[in-house]
Amino acid sequence: MTRFSMRRRKFLTATAAGVAGTTLAGCDVFDPLLRPGHPVRDAMAGANALTEAAQRLLLDDNALAREFSASEIRQGMRPNGSTDPTDIDYLIAKQNDFAFYRLEVGGLVESPASYSLEELRNMPARTQITRHDCVEGWSCIAKWTGVPLAAILDEVKPRDSARYCVFHCFDTYGGAGLYYESIDMIDARHPQTILAYGMNDAALPVRNGAPLRVRIERQLGYKMAKYIRRIELVDDFSRLYRGKGSFWADLGYDWYAGI
Amino acid sequence: MGVAAEQAGEIGPPVKKGPLVKRQSAWTRATHWAWAISLFFLLVSGLQIFNAHPRLYIGQQSGFEFDNSVLSIGAVRKPDGSVGGVTTLMGQQFDTTGVLGYSGPPGREQVRAFPSWITMPSYQDLATGRVVHFFFGWILVTTMLIWFVASLLNGHLRRDIVPTGADMRKLPGDIADHARFQFRHGRHYNALQKLSYGMVLLILCPLMVLTGLTMSPGMDAAWPWLVDVFGGRQTARTIHFGVMVLLVLFFIVHVAMVVLSGPFNNLRSMITGKYRIDPEDRA
Repeated sequence: MTRFSMRRRKFLTATAAGVAGTTLAGCDVFDPLLRPGHPVRDAMAGANALTEAAQRLLLDDNALAREFSASEIRQGMRPNGSTDPTDIDYLIAKQNDFAFYRLEVGGLVESPASYSLEELRNMPARTQITRHDCVEGWSCIAKWTGVPLAAILDEVKPRDSARYCVFHCFDTYGGAGLYYESIDMIDARHPQTILAYGMNDAALPVRNGAPLRVRIERQLGYKMAKYIRRIELVDDFSRLYRGKGSFWADLGYDWYAGI
Repeated sequence: MGVAAEQAGEIGPPVKKGPLVKRQSAWTRATHWAWAISLFFLLVSGLQIFNAHPRLYIGQQSGFEFDNSVLSIGAVRKPDGSVGGVTTLMGQQFDTTGVLGYSGPPGREQVRAFPSWITMPSYQDLATGRVVHFFFGWILVTTMLIWFVASLLNGHLRRDIVPTGADMRKLPGDIADHARFQFRHGRHYNALQKLSYGMVLLILCPLMVLTGLTMSPGMDAAWPWLVDVFGGRQTARTIHFGVMVLLVLFFIVHVAMVVLSGPFNNLRSMITGKYRIDPEDRA
């Protein structure tokens, strides 16, 4: 009994020393477990599926993100990521204020179509003043004007097999390849999901994504692809790029960015 | 097991000892250690996330062209040519070189808000910080709910956590005892314990979860009241950080109290549930 008690005491002391030692050595002892592809990291990343399921459960498909009054626009929209692409196709499209730019919409649709900026501007528009939340932690309120993506989808008629809307962009960012992003059909048909060509009552500036950027107001900023060149409807994004459905998801960020 | 046998294992002169009593239920013990682990990982991954934008604001948005910042951590080039870390709290500047803003081993210093030894991963990696943070966030929320329901049903909440009028009357005496490092070992928590555990479990942890959810654009659309309750997403982020500081302070005092008031007895009660009370406290 005595020996047991002493052994237990030693065990407790050793455990406490171990925990203290880990802390003193620094958190880098965990680094190897956290590299992309390690089973420990992959298991932890599984929690994001839970987050997505929980938010889809709590969030009505048409529930709106908050819209603000004009007085809450207190500053210019902070640009992030690519702010001045030099990719050749972008420079070509940018000539003459994007006069020859055409947005192509295709993939799993009945009638593929393409639109000039002028044609998009002449479609029924939606304007919203919303808060842009960056994954880094900051927020910025701005006014966005554009065509509801649902209106485009109604014209091209997605097939029943279409499950995701993929945005292919002009820009490469940080040498990691072409930017692209994807959303499910719930977010694609959400009333606030617009292809914005205007910002704060002016044409969308290059630094914020001209000629077109998508607004997905119930997710973080990195989902809202800028410099959109082509929209493709797909049933599965695993064959695109590195297979995770988004430029940032390919780099280890969560595909669903509702949190 | 006999009290005599147990006494033989103790070190020091034979003193009259009280009995071993059952103090902690399995629910309390299991959730306590789940929180200890998850709060550790939440802290270090949270500091990794904070480092992506080491600035806190009051309001809906972050002032880039106006100033609503309450805390910022950064690096500056000092007049003597060296680089230093500067922390600005409510407009007040502090030199925090080596810890906040600019830190690392000599010759390999980095511009980073919190130093690498306290962030996870140790290198700048927001994506991985988020993976770790949300995984342990789910564990914390789940075990909190389990603990709350179990404690409601087994009486732990009413008996040990929510302070009574009698507890509040004993509070001045309790404070005086603690200040003199004289600790009573009763079957139940004293008034200061009830207050601090109640504060952490019923106020700070729920506040942490709710301000965390307020930073989620998805949750803000689902529960628009979140943003109103906390006065904006950026205020919620600032509160989230402030509560983190309070939880770290609680942890320091908690561990100090565990050590000062009998580490073996305290740890045993949180592992096996058994706690040796003072002889006169035989209840």
